[in-house]
Amino acid sequence: MAESAVKTKAAPAPGVGRRDFRFLVLKWFRELTLVPVIVVLMIAGAVVNPVFFTPSNLINVAEGGAALGMVVVAESLILLTGKFDISLQGTFGLAPLLGAWLVAPKASEGLGTELSPWLGLLVVFLVGLVVGTFNGVLVIKANFNAFIFTLAMSILLTGLQLGWLGGQTVYNLPEAFIYLGAESWFGVPVAVWVTIATFAVASWFLRYHRIGRAMYAIGGNLEAARAAGISVDRIRIGVFMVASVLAAIGGLMQAGRVTAVTAGQGSNLIFSVFAAAVIGGIALEGGRGRMIGALTGVILLSLVTNILTLSNVSSTWIDAVDGAIILIALGLAKLIGTERA
Amino acid sequence: MQRFSSTGPATSPAPVGEAENVSKTFGETRALVDVSLAVNAGECHALVGRNGAGKSTLVSLFTGLQRPDAGAIRLAGQSAPGLADRGAWLARVACVYQKSMVVPPLTVAENVFLNRPVGDRRSLVDWKRMRAEAHELMLDWGFDIDVDQEASTLTVEQRQIVEIARALSIGARFLILDEPTAALEKAAVDRLFERVRRLREGGVGVLYISHHLEEIYEICQRVTVLRDGELVLTGNVGDIGLAQLIAAMVGSAPPRRATEIEAARTAVLGETSLEIKGLNVASRSGSVYDVDLTVRAGECVGLVGLRGSGSSTVGDAVAGLLKPRGGSIVARGVVGYVPQDRHQRGFAPQLGVDENLTHTVLGRISGRFGVVSTRRRTEVATREVQRLQIVARTLDQPVSSLSGGNQQKVVVGRALAAEPAVLVAINPTVGVDVASKEALLDGIARVRDRGVAVLLISDDFEDLRVCTRLLVMVRGRITASFDRPPWDRQQLISAVEGLEVAV
Repeated sequence: MAESAVKTKAAPAPGVGRRDFRFLVLKWFRELTLVPVIVVLMIAGAVVNPVFFTPSNLINVAEGGAALGMVVVAESLILLTGKFDISLQGTFGLAPLLGAWLVAPKASEGLGTELSPWLGLLVVFLVGLVVGTFNGVLVIKANFNAFIFTLAMSILLTGLQLGWLGGQTVYNLPEAFIYLGAESWFGVPVAVWVTIATFAVASWFLRYHRIGRAMYAIGGNLEAARAAGISVDRIRIGVFMVASVLAAIGGLMQAGRVTAVTAGQGSNLIFSVFAAAVIGGIALEGGRGRMIGALTGVILLSLVTNILTLSNVSSTWIDAVDGAIILIALGLAKLIGTERA
Repeated sequence: MQRFSSTGPATSPAPVGEAENVSKTFGETRALVDVSLAVNAGECHALVGRNGAGKSTLVSLFTGLQRPDAGAIRLAGQSAPGLADRGAWLARVACVYQKSMVVPPLTVAENVFLNRPVGDRRSLVDWKRMRAEAHELMLDWGFDIDVDQEASTLTVEQRQIVEIARALSIGARFLILDEPTAALEKAAVDRLFERVRRLREGGVGVLYISHHLEEIYEICQRVTVLRDGELVLTGNVGDIGLAQLIAAMVGSAPPRRATEIEAARTAVLGETSLEIKGLNVASRSGSVYDVDLTVRAGECVGLVGLRGSGSSTVGDAVAGLLKPRGGSIVARGVVGYVPQDRHQRGFAPQLGVDENLTHTVLGRISGRFGVVSTRRRTEVATREVQRLQIVARTLDQPVSSLSGGNQQKVVVGRALAAEPAVLVAINPTVGVDVASKEALLDGIARVRDRGVAVLLISDDFEDLRVCTRLLVMVRGRITASFDRPPWDRQQLISAVEGLEVAV
C-alpha cells in the first residue's frame, strides 16, 4: 500500500507554540548525554581523594580545560562545515612560541629586543590568521584533502616550533603576555572566563546568526547550500581562519598558565580535541552538533585527567585509562545518538 | 522541425524567462543546439523529451548554474546576471531540482527559509517568526508537517514538499519544476497542480518538466519537445495530440526498428527461478508497492520504467541491497547483480580486470586457509573476458584505465562469474558505445539461453530486444505487460509514460 506519510487532512494542525515535549527532551538528551557521566565522575573524584572538591582543585580543572576548550570550539566550527583541521595543535604551540620569543629577554631564550609585549600578542594573533588562511584556501579552493593536508601542516608547524629555538623553552615572559593565563578575576582565572565567553558567543552565533545557520547548511548538504545562494567557499575559508586564531589564543592561555612556552606545547593535543568534540555530539560528517555538547566533552576530559592524577594512577598508565574512558564515552554517545527521534 | 503557429494570447510584453538560440556543448556531446524557448507570464510551459534530450542542461542555463556557449538567456526581458551573482538569479528564478536540495540536519522551517532572512533583521535569525511563517505556508498547502521536525526524519514525499514550498515562497516570477511529481502520490500531485494554477493566475510563468505526459494536458498551455539537444516541436497543448507528442519525442528510428523493436526468439522455458510476491520497498530512488513477478529459467523479463518508477528498486531488493517492508523474494540459486551505477557499486577501479572479475567467486578460487589461487583466478577471468569480449591489454590492467564500455563488461562479467541462476541487471548498457552494447547484450542473451533467469531493468529500448517478456512500472506499480515480442514502440512509450493506452 502507498505509505500515506503526507496526511491530507489539514486539521488538527501542529500549533506553532506546541512543541512536542518528547521531541524537546530527546533533542536536549543528545546534547546532554554526558551530564550523568560527569556527575558519576565527580562522585568518583570525591571518593578517590577528598582534595577533589576543594575550590583550588576545581579551579585547577577549569584552568586546564580552558586552553583545550578554545581549540575544541575551533575544531567544532570546522567540523560543522564538514571539514577538519589537524594542524590546530601546531598553531596552538607555534603561535605563542613565536610571540614569546619576540618579546622575552635574551637570557631566557628570547630575541632580547625587549619589544612591547603587545607586539608579541599581535604576532600570536597573526600566526593564527596566516596559518588558518593558508589551510582554508588550499583545502577549500585548491581542493586538497583536509586530512592529509592539515596533517602535513601540523608536522611542519610542530617541527618549526622545535627547530626555531633548538628545542629550548622560552620563559620569563612579560606580564601582559601571560595575563590571559596567569591572572584571575573574582578568584577564577581569566582564561576560564574567556573560554566560557567564547563558548557562549559561538553558541549564540551558530543559533541566531545567518552565517552560523549557513554553516550548518554547508555541513548538512553542500549542494543545497550553494543553490540557496550561500557563499560556501568564503564561509568555509573564514571558519578555518577564525579557528586557527582561536587555537592560537588557546596556546597563549597555556603559555600564561605555566609562564613559559615549551618546544612540545600542543603535541598530541588534537586527539583530546577530537575526542571532546565527538563525544560532545559534534558529528564528524558535518552539519550536526551544538556548542553546549562540545563543552560537556571538554569538562569530561578535564575531569578524567584530574581524577587520574589525584588517584595516584602511575603516570605511565594515565594515557591508557584516558583512552579507555574516551572509548566508553563514545559508545555512550553513539547509543544515545542512534536512539534519537 | 515542426512548428505550430499560435503562441497564445500575448498577455505580457516580456516573457519571464527566455532562451534565445542557446547552444551548449560538453566535450563531444552537443547537449543543446540552437534552442529558443520563451515562458510567458501566466503560462505553464511544458518541456518534454527522453533522457539525455537536453532538458536538464536547459534548466541549468535558466537557473544560472551554467552559461550558454552561444545565444542568450533573458529573465523578465533583462539579460541574465553573471554566474557568480547567485542572489540575482535566486530573486528571478525559483527551481525545484531533480536531486534533493534539503539539508537533513536542519528543521523543516529552516529548510524552507534556507539562507533567506525572515523579519526585519537581515543577519539574525528570528526563530519565532520563521517557524510561524513556515507553519502558515504548510497550512496553506494543507500539509501536516511539523515545521520543527528535523528534515532527516522526513519521507521522500515530504522532502519534495519542503522544496516546493521553498521555491514557491521565494516569490520569483519564473518557476521551474523539474520532475516535481516523480516521488509524489496522486493526492499530493493534485494539490501541487492546484497551487500551480493559482500561481499562474497570479502572473507567474512556470516551466514544467515531466515524464508523465498526461500531466501536461492537465496543467500546461504550451509544450516544447527536445530531442538530442534540438527543439523538434513547440506549440499549444490543444493543437498537439498525444501520438504526435510521442512521435516527436521518439523521432524516426532506423527503418527496421521504426515501430518494432527487434525480437528475441522465445526459448524453451524451465522452472521458476525467481519469484517475487507482494513486494513493498521504501526507497528514495522510487518506492515499490505490491509488485508480483516471476522469472523462469531461460526467460529474460524486461522491467521498464522511468527514473523514480521503482524499477531499479526492485532490482536492488532482489540483490539484497534494500530491505523490503513487506512481501517475499525467493531466488533458486545464486543471484548475479549488475548495479545501476558502475562507478559507485560496480568495480574497484585501481584493481585489475582479473581481480574485479573474481570478486564474486573468491571462495571458489581460493584453496585451504583462504589463499587465492592465481591459476584459478586467471581461468575464471579468461572465460569472462572471452564471453564478453573485454578489451584489455593484460588481465591485470586496472579497470580504471579501461573504456566505459569495457568497464561495464567487467561489471557484467563479475556477475556472471558466479554462474548465477538469476541475473539482475539494471541499465547494463548505459553510457557505453555501440560495439560494447552489442557485446553486452549478446552475453546476456547467451546466458539466458543457457537457462539463467534474467531480470533486465532498463529504460533503454535497445536493451529490450533480448527480453522475452516485458513488464512496465509506473509510480511503484506494475501497470502493463507485453507478453510476446515484437514490442510496439508507441504502445510501450505510452505505457511507460503512464498513459491510458490499450495494450
